[in-house]
Amino acid sequence: MTGRRWVIQLLCVLVSLFMAVPIYLITLAALSSRESLDRFPLPLLPTSLSGETMTTFLRSTGVVGGLINSITIGLSTVVLSLAIGLPAGYALARYAFRGKDAYQIGLLLTRALPIVVLSVPLGRTFLDLGLYDTTYGVTLLHTALALPTTILITSAIFLGVPPEQEEAAMIFGASPLVAFVRVVLPQALPGIAASALFTFVLSWNEVLGASILTLGRRTLPAQLLATLADSPLAFRFAGGLALVLPALIFIAIVRRYLLNMWGTTLR
Amino acid sequence: MNVTVKNLVKTYPSGNRRATDDISLTVEDGEFLVLVGPSGCGKTTLLRMVAGLETPDSGTVTIGGRDVTALPARERGLSMVFQSYAIFPHLKVRQNIGFGLTMRKVPRAEWDSRVRRAAELLDLGDYLDRYPAQLSGGQRQRVAVARAIAVDADVLLMDEPLSNLDALLRMQFRAELKKIVARLGTTTLYVTHDQAEAMSLGDRVAVLRDGRIDQLGTPMAVYSRPASQFVGGFLGAPPMNFFPATVSSGRLQVGDVSFPGGPSGWEDRKVLVGIRAEAIGVSADIPGTVEVAEPTGATTLLTVRWAGGELKVQTAAGFEGSEVGLSFPPAALRFFDPDTSLALH
Repeated sequence: MTGRRWVIQLLCVLVSLFMAVPIYLITLAALSSRESLDRFPLPLLPTSLSGETMTTFLRSTGVVGGLINSITIGLSTVVLSLAIGLPAGYALARYAFRGKDAYQIGLLLTRALPIVVLSVPLGRTFLDLGLYDTTYGVTLLHTALALPTTILITSAIFLGVPPEQEEAAMIFGASPLVAFVRVVLPQALPGIAASALFTFVLSWNEVLGASILTLGRRTLPAQLLATLADSPLAFRFAGGLALVLPALIFIAIVRRYLLNMWGTTLR
Repeated sequence: MNVTVKNLVKTYPSGNRRATDDISLTVEDGEFLVLVGPSGCGKTTLLRMVAGLETPDSGTVTIGGRDVTALPARERGLSMVFQSYAIFPHLKVRQNIGFGLTMRKVPRAEWDSRVRRAAELLDLGDYLDRYPAQLSGGQRQRVAVARAIAVDADVLLMDEPLSNLDALLRMQFRAELKKIVARLGTTTLYVTHDQAEAMSLGDRVAVLRDGRIDQLGTPMAVYSRPASQFVGGFLGAPPMNFFPATVSSGRLQVGDVSFPGGPSGWEDRKVLVGIRAEAIGVSADIPGTVEVAEPTGATTLLTVRWAGGELKVQTAAGFEGSEVGLSFPPAALRFFDPDTSLALH
């Protein structure tokens, strides 16, 4: 028993290192002076800290704007996909309706088409609608991409809350909406957090569609992808840090809801 | 407040027969009425229609003279205990018990005292600040009952509240439940598939089969004078004995054995005879062979083979022997039409 425990703990440490070491190295490089990057052997401890690389990076054109665009689009995508996905997931979990199976498969079909195939006609349509090169346009695309997982994750979570609990709430005086808010939602929070996390990261990472649908209002990854290839090495590390950091902050915020999943909250 | 259902019909989209088939029933004010029947007989559907959790295809539900058929559950002024408890895992016991009071916006001080009173009635005083996950199954069931009585509703509905408890706990809690409900005097509609529970709890018992009420009456009336072969076989442990006989001049002929008894006006016809295990005598003249003798402590249950087939006979503790002389007291005999299996009067 204790032997197995050790193996599991060792694996945990290894996986954590696998995730954390690159982030550490990028952070280190981004926050070190440019000269120290060329030193040999490369110092692995923060010996020559300097904000110089980061400040130059942040001052260069399009970076701050891209960051703001990315965060705006990411958060709007989370809100919009939850606004549409939660009711859909609830309906899938609670009601039997004609064509339910086909609907579920249809959901996944949106992910069957490569974004390239979608983006060009979308770009064309958005040009006509005046949505081209706006954060709204990209938000719509990302919401469409995120919805299938949002719906499937939340419907699985709603299935975990027995319908009798909602019925009990209604017997004791709650309207269907109040029953949902006071009984189902608190228990579904971990799942909703997980799907929000997933959506945000998806939106944050999605480059291709965002590049095609925008010109001036690039998201940060799209912006960086266009420019970093021609930038000096130090800048690439700074860009990497800028890409990782907001996602990490978002995960840190959502994490405590996620952890509830194994706590006392869910049965 | 009394509860009246009239001509309730409900068909589920998936099923091709009616879950409840034109059921009419009145629960009197303060009465404890038990709906009992095998699974799929429509008893839970009936309860859920009274609760407002299902919509009947036709018929009406009236509570205290008010037609509530079209009202949602929350406006019917009733309270319910669910089979699966359905207590809220994310709320502490205190908030669970007080949920109905919170919904009714009861002022804080009264909220506290009513929650405390309900908790004390069910011995939950020490557990108010725990989460349901930290309670045993029996304690969770107590929370569900406390939540139901805290709101002081006019009508209390219970859907197999004891079926998830183990046998010993079920017996204990059954008596306690009877005491609590009697003390509150709430009109209660109680669903169970357990005939012993129905007999011990109900002021009256309604036996359901295939979406219809086969018989409605006091437990003893239903037990001793079943309206059909089904009711006699369903209620009581062991179930009523049945055997076919032929009526001839005030006597019943079974194989080459005959004994006094028989319904009037049924001369020379086949009849189905029913008799309870405890009514059969074992020291008379109709021969029978004891196949199994099961001592249960207070009594001994015999399985006896005789001219009419197999009989369950309940006799005094300490019975020994392999042969018995059976007797069937005429007053204990019940007669059923062999074609319709309904009781003859």
